[in-house]
Amino acid sequence: MMEWTNAIVQGVLLGGLYALFAAGLSLIFGVMRLVNIAHGDLIVLAAYFGLTTSVMLGVHPFAALMVVVPLMAGLGYVLQRGLLNRTLGDDILPPLLVTFGLSVIIQNALLESYSSDPQKLSGGAIETASLQIGGLALGVLPLLTFGIAVVVIALLQWIFYATSLGRGFRAVSDNQDIAQIMGFNKAHVFGLAMALALAVTAIAGILLGIRTSFDPSVGGGRLIFGFEAVIIGGLGNLWGTLAGGVILGVAQTIGAKIDPGWQLLAGHIVFLIVLAVRPNGLFPRVDH
Amino acid sequence: MPDTLLALNGLDAHYGDFQALFGVDMEVHAGEVISIIGANGAGKTTLMRSITGLMRNTAEQINHLGQPIGRLRADQVAHRGIAMVPEGRQLFPSLSIEENLLVGGKVGRTGPWSLSKVYDMFPILAERKGQKSMSLSGGQQQMVAIGRALMANPDLILFDEISLGLAPVVISDIYKALPDIIGEGMTAMLVEQDISRALQVSSRVYCLQEGRVSLEGRTGDVSRDDITAAYFGVTT
Repeated sequence: MMEWTNAIVQGVLLGGLYALFAAGLSLIFGVMRLVNIAHGDLIVLAAYFGLTTSVMLGVHPFAALMVVVPLMAGLGYVLQRGLLNRTLGDDILPPLLVTFGLSVIIQNALLESYSSDPQKLSGGAIETASLQIGGLALGVLPLLTFGIAVVVIALLQWIFYATSLGRGFRAVSDNQDIAQIMGFNKAHVFGLAMALALAVTAIAGILLGIRTSFDPSVGGGRLIFGFEAVIIGGLGNLWGTLAGGVILGVAQTIGAKIDPGWQLLAGHIVFLIVLAVRPNGLFPRVDH
Repeated sequence: MPDTLLALNGLDAHYGDFQALFGVDMEVHAGEVISIIGANGAGKTTLMRSITGLMRNTAEQINHLGQPIGRLRADQVAHRGIAMVPEGRQLFPSLSIEENLLVGGKVGRTGPWSLSKVYDMFPILAERKGQKSMSLSGGQQQMVAIGRALMANPDLILFDEISLGLAPVVISDIYKALPDIIGEGMTAMLVEQDISRALQVSSRVYCLQEGRVSLEGRTGDVSRDDITAAYFGVTT
């Protein structure tokens, strides 16, 4: 029994990481209806930026966040205004094709600069530290990851619903023409949304890099986990995205408990069941 | 003329190969109320989209306070003090009533209008400020749409079909409030299907027909027959 409880708790904590993968995807889809196929590769890119920063400056990967978060945010703004804004329109295909191309470009650029050898961010003692709680051994890093996920989601929720920036995001999302008449520069608002999304991606990438080893090819898998968390939770609902991540994480750890080969499969099956039974996700946003 | 607020100089507008406006000339002076009338498809909405910057034109075709604005983006036009109450209200559904109004004030121009001033004018909105805009009746939504445009403290406000889809009693209320709104030194352009209402509140009228100005004049000087001819293109 304790083993199962353990699997569930570990899955919940893993879900925090998936929610961080998913939050950026959810945010940009919500604001500009853009499905970013390169999202997973941007997470991996952030992990490599974290690696370079912590090695060059000789600092802990968490300290590297001070560099990587603004760097990814700036990259997001430039990427959106320089490239992605040009793909947005009535047709949903161009942004998919362009971000797919971006995904290929990022992977190959990472291969060129870092080779295909697996890398890891060295988190030090925190990686192996654990707490004994009620007979369960909980890793400090997974606990911290989950805590960060909750804080990030709460922060995004606050930005969306309690600041004028978030009001602009929602207004542009509702009606682009009218929002422009009210004085919002759509291109700039989209740039800010992507900057925010990639700032979250930076946090996700560094936590990923401390947790496991990574190489330039692992972005696709992170994208799938992010997508699944978004869809399970319901589009446009940030707390739903956290719940989606948790459900996916629990499904995976329980799958792995039954048979180690079933870890990923169990997650995908739960995703497909949710998609079949509740196509809008478990907690879709209700506005109207 | 120094007090020309907005001037259209041979304004053309196209949707792909289709031309919607042909060389439209118009002049709006500060403090005036102009009505734009015309049948469906005459180009009234295209005219509004051009002035607000949702459709790009060549720079010189639209002048605001003597400066060419035809190529500006809609948000740049908004910052210059041109606001619109769009056809069909088009409130932001995921925003509360108060948030809709705050979005209107985003351009940050100073002037007589503020949240409390709008609430004074439409007290029902103050009572419901936290509700989602779609929970309101059509007339109340129109109040939000008007308040949202006023929050920008514009010097020119465009009203696009404000009576469309509203009950007659509600339309009367809104037209009753109009002089108070425009009385604050604002200039207004009124696009309206309801010709007699439009003529009552405006000093000059332009009639559009198939993308061209078919009639212009002081509301007191144009006869019912002139309007009928200009509206339908019937020559008598």
